[in-house]
Amino acid sequence: MNKNLTVLRDGILFDNPVLIQVVGMCATLATSTSIINGAGMGFSTMAVLVGSNVVISLLRKFIPDTVRIPCFIVVIASFVTIVQLILQAYLPAINDALGLFIPLIVVNCIILARAEGFASKNNWIASLFDGLGNGLGFTAVLVIMGAVRELLGSGTILGMTIMPEAFPKTLLLIMAPGAFFTLGIFMAIFKKLAKKPVSEDEE
Amino acid sequence: MRLILLLLAGIFVNNYIFSQFLGICPFLGVSKKVETAAGMGVAVIFVIVLACAATYFVYNLVLVRFGIEYLYTIAFILVIAALVQFVEMFIKKSSPSLYQALGVYLPLITTNCAVLGVAVTNMQNGYNFIESIVNGIGGAGGFTLAIVLFAGIRERIEFNDIPKSFEGFPIALIGAGIMSVSFLGFSGLIKL
Repeated sequence: MNKNLTVLRDGILFDNPVLIQVVGMCATLATSTSIINGAGMGFSTMAVLVGSNVVISLLRKFIPDTVRIPCFIVVIASFVTIVQLILQAYLPAINDALGLFIPLIVVNCIILARAEGFASKNNWIASLFDGLGNGLGFTAVLVIMGAVRELLGSGTILGMTIMPEAFPKTLLLIMAPGAFFTLGIFMAIFKKLAKKPVSEDEE
Repeated sequence: MRLILLLLAGIFVNNYIFSQFLGICPFLGVSKKVETAAGMGVAVIFVIVLACAATYFVYNLVLVRFGIEYLYTIAFILVIAALVQFVEMFIKKSSPSLYQALGVYLPLITTNCAVLGVAVTNMQNGYNFIESIVNGIGGAGGFTLAIVLFAGIRERIEFNDIPKSFEGFPIALIGAGIMSVSFLGFSGLIKL
């Protein structure tokens, strides 16, 4: 159990998918315009990640090594389709806001990287925790970035105005360039604060 | 005329990197040198154009015909993965020199979201065959333009003195942000 908790913690903090592993950038940049969008994307990705990690881990003895990547992709794409249909049915507003990026969860490198790097080598319980940890780490970054961009860009939190009228809204932050700036500054701060020595291996 | 506008809109106004956030992983990953960036760009143009054609036929001839449009995500990603594999084998046999040049980038392209992104956009906007191809060329051209320009900047950043915690990805992202500001200047230029 202890090992599972370590896996969970590493996913959220020391191996944070966005800030340390630097995967899944497209979704991070595109959907962190507000807290709601960030949370919607984060939890959708987490659902796919947990589902695909567990299934792939259970099937890892049956999948031949040579065709494993196509098999993983089919499993992942099935989960994405399930999530997409659920969102269309019950949360159409979020589905419209995220639009193209829901089907694009398939090619989010986080999921394939965890499938290849973790789920195909570990049992399903550890894989479940790995999926949860990475999913939460991803969601946390999206929500915090969404909060910063929403607060400074449009002066609201969760759609409620909280900044005074006179507050100069930095419209740039909710437009495309703001995504790059926010993420760049976040990474720099995280690099400074992360206790575990960060290996400097950028590809 | 409409096709030319579609092409220019893809390259400048709706640039995949700077306004749509598609294909950021290879954009950050292989933009350290101008030559490798250009290689990646050419490989992406090649695969995207083929993928546009292939997914167009798969969608209209298979998925629509059998009424299973909701399976498009699975169908498209399989088509793209198979296509990339096939292109790799074909180039290896037919043109070893091109394979040398593109080889390492080809497998990476399967997980480039720009490829799946352009296929899904074509489908959602109901583009016909020609429009799909032109949209693909425009999008991929914009990607190539962005990655080559960005690699040029990164080559220079290497020699600059930057704060310790900004080294590597953070400064690259800030640079990309500034480029994105300049691409904002194109917005509203073309209305489709």
